[in-house]
Parts: sequence; structure tokens; C-alpha cells
Amino acid sequence: MNYRRVIPCLDTKNGRLVKGINFVNLRELGDPAEAGAAYSAAGADELVILDITATLEGRKTLLDAVKRTVAAISVPLTVGGGIRTLDDIEEILNLGAAKVSINTAAVQSPELIEQAAMRFGSDCIVVAIDTRKSAAMPSGFEVMISGGTRPTGMDAVEWAKKVEELGAGQILPTSMDADGTQAGYDIPMTRAIADAVVIPVIASGGAGTLEHLHEAIVEAHADAVLVASIAHYGTYSIRQMKEFLASRGIPVRL
Amino acid sequence: MDHLVVVIDYGMGNVRSVEKALARCGAAVEVTGQPERIRAASHVVLPGVGAFGDAMWELKRRKLIEPVREAIADGKPFLGICLGLQVLFERSEESAGVAGLGVLAGEVKRFRTHLKVPHMGWNGLKFQKECPLFAGMGVEPFVYFVHSYYVSPREADCVAALTDYDGEFVSAVARGRCFGVQFHPEKSQAVGLKILENFLHLRAMPL
Repeated sequence: MNYRRVIPCLDTKNGRLVKGINFVNLRELGDPAEAGAAYSAAGADELVILDITATLEGRKTLLDAVKRTVAAISVPLTVGGGIRTLDDIEEILNLGAAKVSINTAAVQSPELIEQAAMRFGSDCIVVAIDTRKSAAMPSGFEVMISGGTRPTGMDAVEWAKKVEELGAGQILPTSMDADGTQAGYDIPMTRAIADAVVIPVIASGGAGTLEHLHEAIVEAHADAVLVASIAHYGTYSIRQMKEFLASRGIPVRL
Repeated sequence: MDHLVVVIDYGMGNVRSVEKALARCGAAVEVTGQPERIRAASHVVLPGVGAFGDAMWELKRRKLIEPVREAIADGKPFLGICLGLQVLFERSEESAGVAGLGVLAGEVKRFRTHLKVPHMGWNGLKFQKECPLFAGMGVEPFVYFVHSYYVSPREADCVAALTDYDGEFVSAVARGRCFGVQFHPEKSQAVGLKILENFLHLRAMPL
């Protein structure tokens, strides 16, 4: 059975949990380790910490947050944000994280994916792809980097195929157009990527209702759904999300 | 406790989460790549992610093949996790021409399925025999998997659990005190910790 996963995403800045809309307008929401522990106990299948801090100071507080989160949870943790080198990856994995998520650095030096997959195993290498609608791209979606501030001129679906070939174990495509809006995942973009690769794809950005989670799996063919605002603001509990999916015939761990 | 749990570090992926989970169960854990520390251990854990061929090469290069075989032959509680399970077998489709440890008869095959590969996420264990590793577990407990290959034992008596992913595959094996699990107990919440605790409670039992 292919059990689908519900994965709360903890965006952090300077070690604190935050959430924005369309990658801006951040609000602070508390301590990531505390939130992570609550989600882990409530049935989250995995957790993701995405650090949006750009400063060196902030990196230290991130590592501290990762350490405390790992100690407080017992499901796999993926950590992303600002990871540029094999040493960065090793540092995060040595703290007990199960996977790392690479984004901008993967675009700037694709060999990092290959080297990381060789050294640490594909299973722990997630490539995050931030996308924006663009009529200039064959698929209609362009890869964005540096926290969504810089267009790359690369087609998102072509890039997804490339990262799979380089050894990524999973892809996390986030639609900048949808992120934080709670208006639903970007179904066409997610499906285009999920159908183009064999590795698992996590739908990300835009979940606001239970129906959205179902759509991501059934219509966009995602293997997992990332949830942020919908979970952090207490709209639905993780359990409610999974019970809803189960009631619609989606296999989930309850 | 008078035991020493050795987690073998042979350059095949991250062993920290295994170490942390065992420590959480109250074990005295040592992460090491030294043959003599494996000989000194009461319990041996062989984790690993990556490719079958690389794993065997690293074990050989570090002179760890004999200590691992000895630990198993001496009946020390031994637990192979993920790739650490796969190398117990004779060969793998992943690395043609590379001999595995051959502790168990059979080979390692790649998933051929319309589902996503790697098989990543939670799935159930269907127990096939009494196994001390799974003492006190409910029916079909969920554990966490990440893998593209699975073991295909030639002798059915070593099969301890099956899991369904577009057909059943062997997700745990047991023979004497030698155990192997395809899933990651260290990432499997309370069920995983219980499995590790059960493992730690075992004492050596020569075959």
C-alpha cells in the first residue's frame, strides 16, 4: 500500500517559527521544537524545518532549533534553507536530521546533488524547487531561487527530471503563487512534476482546506502533502486531516 | 547495564539517528569503525544507506567483514537496518558481481512497480513468525521505510515480517540472534523504540 504522508512544515527565521504569504509578510508563531513535538505526537508522518534566515547568526540559532526539535520528536525530520556544501549537509545530518532539502545551491551547482547522493545516499537528499507561473517556459512554470527573489530562466519540470537523474530521493516543489494563500495547492504544476519523475513528490504551498489535501493526492498525484498555515493556525488538527483523507479512501497512517 | 551496543560506522550514510534512538532506549552506545570494538560489543547494529556495492567495499576496506561475520556466528544480538539488512544476503541487483556477506541465502531485488520508487513513508508489518524483536507489538504496526530494493530470501524460515507495496516484500528477517529490518526503527516513533528495546533485552545465543 502506498500510504500518503501529511508533513507539517516549520518555516523558521532566527530560530523562531514564522509563516508568510507568497514568501513575504512574515508572522512569528513560536518555538519550532515545541510545535514539532506537538505535531509529532499528534500523528504527523514527518516534519520539515525550512530556515529562511540569511545571516550567519541565524544559522547558529537554526542548528540549535534543529537539535532541540530532533530531541523532541520521533518521526523523520528534513531540514532545508541555506544549505550550500557537503559539510553543511553533514552538520545537519549529524544533529540527527533524517534528510536535508537543497534549493538554491542545487541550481547554482547541480553537482552538489550528485555528490551528496553519493556520499549520504539518495534517500536523505530532497531537492526543493520554488516555482512561479511563466508563459515563457514550456511547462508554464519557472524555477525561482534565493527565497523566490530570483528567476532562473529554467523550466521547473525539466529541472525536476534533471535532479532525479542526479540522484535526488524526493522533490519538494513549492508554488510561490499559492504559498500561504490557503487557496489550494498549485495542482497543474505539482502534477506536471509528479508525472515527470519516479521519485516521490511532496505537494507544497497553498493548503487551506481538507479538500485541498485530497486534491493534491488524487489530482496532482503527490505522495505527500506539506502543511503550514492550515496547521499552525489550528484550522485543522493533523488527526482531522488524516481522518478526512482516510474517509476519502486515501491510505494514511492513523 | 553490562552491555555495550556498537553501531558500525563504515562511511555509509548517517548513523546519528540510530545512535540517538538507541541512547533514548537507555543503551550504552558506541559508534565505531574499529574491528576490535565490534569484537568487544555485546550487541551489534549495522545501519547504512547507499549502494550495496559501496557498502561491501567499505566493509572490506575497513576490515569489518570478518568481525561482523564473527559477531553473527557467536550469536551476539545483531541488527541490520536497511542496507545493513541487504548486505546480509548473497548479492544484489543494485551491484552486479559484488558478493554480499552471505549470512542468509538469497538476493536483493529492485522494486518493479507502477508506484513511486523509493518506497518512502509509513507502512504496516505483517508478522510471519514469533520473533523476539516484535514482542508486545499490536497487529500490523506502522514503521517508516525509505528504500528502492528489497530482500528475497531463498529460505522461507528466516522471514519475520512482510509488507505490502504493490505486492508483498520481506520487511524483516530473523535467524537465531541475527535480525535484519528493511524499515528504520530509529524513525518509527514508539513502535521503533519498542523494537530497539526488545533488541537490547536479548542476550547472546550461539546458533
